[in-house]
Amino acid sequence: MSHAEDHEGTRRDFLYYATAGAGAVTAGAAIWPLVNQMNPSADVRALSSIRVDVSGVEPGTQLTVKWLGKPVFIRRRTEEEISAARDVALSDLPDQGAENANIAADADASDENRALDESGEWLVMMGVCTHLGCVPLGDAGDFGGWFCPCHGSHYDTAGRIRKGPAPTNLPVPTAEFVDETTIKLG
Amino acid sequence: MAGIPHDHYEPKSGGEKWLHSRLPIVGLMYDTLMIPTPKNLNWMWIWGIVLTFVLVLQIVTGIVLVMHYTPHVDHAFSSVEHIMRNVNGGYMLRYLHSNGASLFFVAVYAHIFRGLYYGSYKAPREITWIIGMLIYLLMMGTAFMGYVLPWGQMSFWGATVITGLFGAIPFIGDALQTWLLGGPAVDNATLNRFFSLHYLLPFVIAGLVIVHIWAFHTTGNNNPTGVEVRRTSKEEAEKDTLPFWPYFVIKDLFALAVILAVFFAVVGFMPNYLGHPDNYIEANALATPAHIVPEWYFLPFYAILRAFTDEVWVVQIASFVTGGIIDAKFFGVMAMFGAIAVMALAPWLDTSSVRSGRYRPMFKWWFALLVADFFVLMWVGAMPAEEPFNTISLIASAYWFAYFLVILPLLGVIEKPAPQPATIEEDFNAHYPKSSEAAADGYSQAPAE
Repeated sequence: MSHAEDHEGTRRDFLYYATAGAGAVTAGAAIWPLVNQMNPSADVRALSSIRVDVSGVEPGTQLTVKWLGKPVFIRRRTEEEISAARDVALSDLPDQGAENANIAADADASDENRALDESGEWLVMMGVCTHLGCVPLGDAGDFGGWFCPCHGSHYDTAGRIRKGPAPTNLPVPTAEFVDETTIKLG
Repeated sequence: MAGIPHDHYEPKSGGEKWLHSRLPIVGLMYDTLMIPTPKNLNWMWIWGIVLTFVLVLQIVTGIVLVMHYTPHVDHAFSSVEHIMRNVNGGYMLRYLHSNGASLFFVAVYAHIFRGLYYGSYKAPREITWIIGMLIYLLMMGTAFMGYVLPWGQMSFWGATVITGLFGAIPFIGDALQTWLLGGPAVDNATLNRFFSLHYLLPFVIAGLVIVHIWAFHTTGNNNPTGVEVRRTSKEEAEKDTLPFWPYFVIKDLFALAVILAVFFAVVGFMPNYLGHPDNYIEANALATPAHIVPEWYFLPFYAILRAFTDEVWVVQIASFVTGGIIDAKFFGVMAMFGAIAVMALAPWLDTSSVRSGRYRPMFKWWFALLVADFFVLMWVGAMPAEEPFNTISLIASAYWFAYFLVILPLLGVIEKPAPQPATIEEDFNAHYPKSSEAAADGYSQAPAE
């Protein structure tokens, strides 16, 4: 029997703690597989890189492809769209980060940091509104870029958020030209 | 069943005694069905029966729909069309199930606002209220996941928008959203798990309904006066109450018949009135419908979600104070869940010692405004996200929070309540003088003339 003045742990205390500890570990070990089975399965994770033929995309048009279950906008921009995007002062942008997976995470949201090539002709970005995930409509909105019909977010011709509830610019995914007419996503 | 004194089940025959000493199930059923119920309950006390009926209706129609439905992205939409066109009576079963969800929410909103007006949430019925709020949350989750199953455009994009809410949570949002979806976007994995949970949750709701009933059978029903049933003796309690069977069962079934007449008229003649035509277009991950609108029963809270944009000063302050961790998106999510949380906390926010709104002259008006506010939110929730709807939804959202967080606590202090009847019997006799005379005559069954 342990007494109130006994400050040293007894054998029985040890057994209580050991049993409770073993029970907690067992419960955790039982629950984790039940939680983890809901994470993406191997086949879903495997489809993480695709190649897209962009030879048919004319200036001023846009190709939408499905990658990782989400639309990716591949837009070949006109001179007017490029200059419209480059004329915007950084201070006018709600999100001043490039949100571009291909360059440094702290790069600013200048149009050069958004486009895929130096001339700025190709803009590749996720077609998923950063508010709640709808697909924005092209050639629409107050800034000549994209407009999300769900909750009214306006993006400019570089896919940067300008007005509405969306918090960040449309993200640019990992992408590169592997030859003249093929873009590799992922 | 503690609480109001009443007659309990007494086993008479040998068989009854044999069973009762081993499993008192007949006694449990008898005490539950014969529970003394305040005899002044009005027509707002019928929604519990309606809700119980709709839960059973949804489970029964749901189980048979599953016999024909295929939870796979390639087959879900066509299997629903198969139910509509090929399965014998399948269109009726599906329309009953989809409109049953609407009846469920009509009834639950009436039930909740009944509780808010007559102070049913107040001590000692806080547990009943909290369990009810949990049931309401589960109902919303179940209805949302059920709406995804037909795999139409609204199913897909509704799922995308709502799971996106979890993505707004700082730090863990992205991982949580991916875990919920089972991939980077709404896809087959999402459809399958929603199907599994849509089948499971109604049974969890059924379990909580039993706890809900258990809780208010322990405290006794509230009633329109908010005055408690006298419990000092069985004789006094019987002057305030009548047994649930047959008096209230018959009354409730009559109300249910009237409501079902309207329900079947909707199911039969306008089954798609409350739906969206876009959901008869198969889900397409590359095209968002022009105007995503949730089902009508989510609109008030959807309006609150959308109301808090970057331009709102409270959002700007929250963002500034937290160094940008709370942005407009996360603020909207918190506001939406907060709108339900403040309702759940009503028992502790309402400081008035008077239970029923009937005897609270100022409360009445604020409550009427809350009901109007609820409908305004429902209306702006269906409107596009542009002016003047943004401003209206912001004002309406502000009132929703003000009602629970400011008005309920303050009214208890500044309001002078009207006199309440001493007993339920007194209130009842004031309303039905003839029947009370008849009661005085020893329940004479003679006609009045």
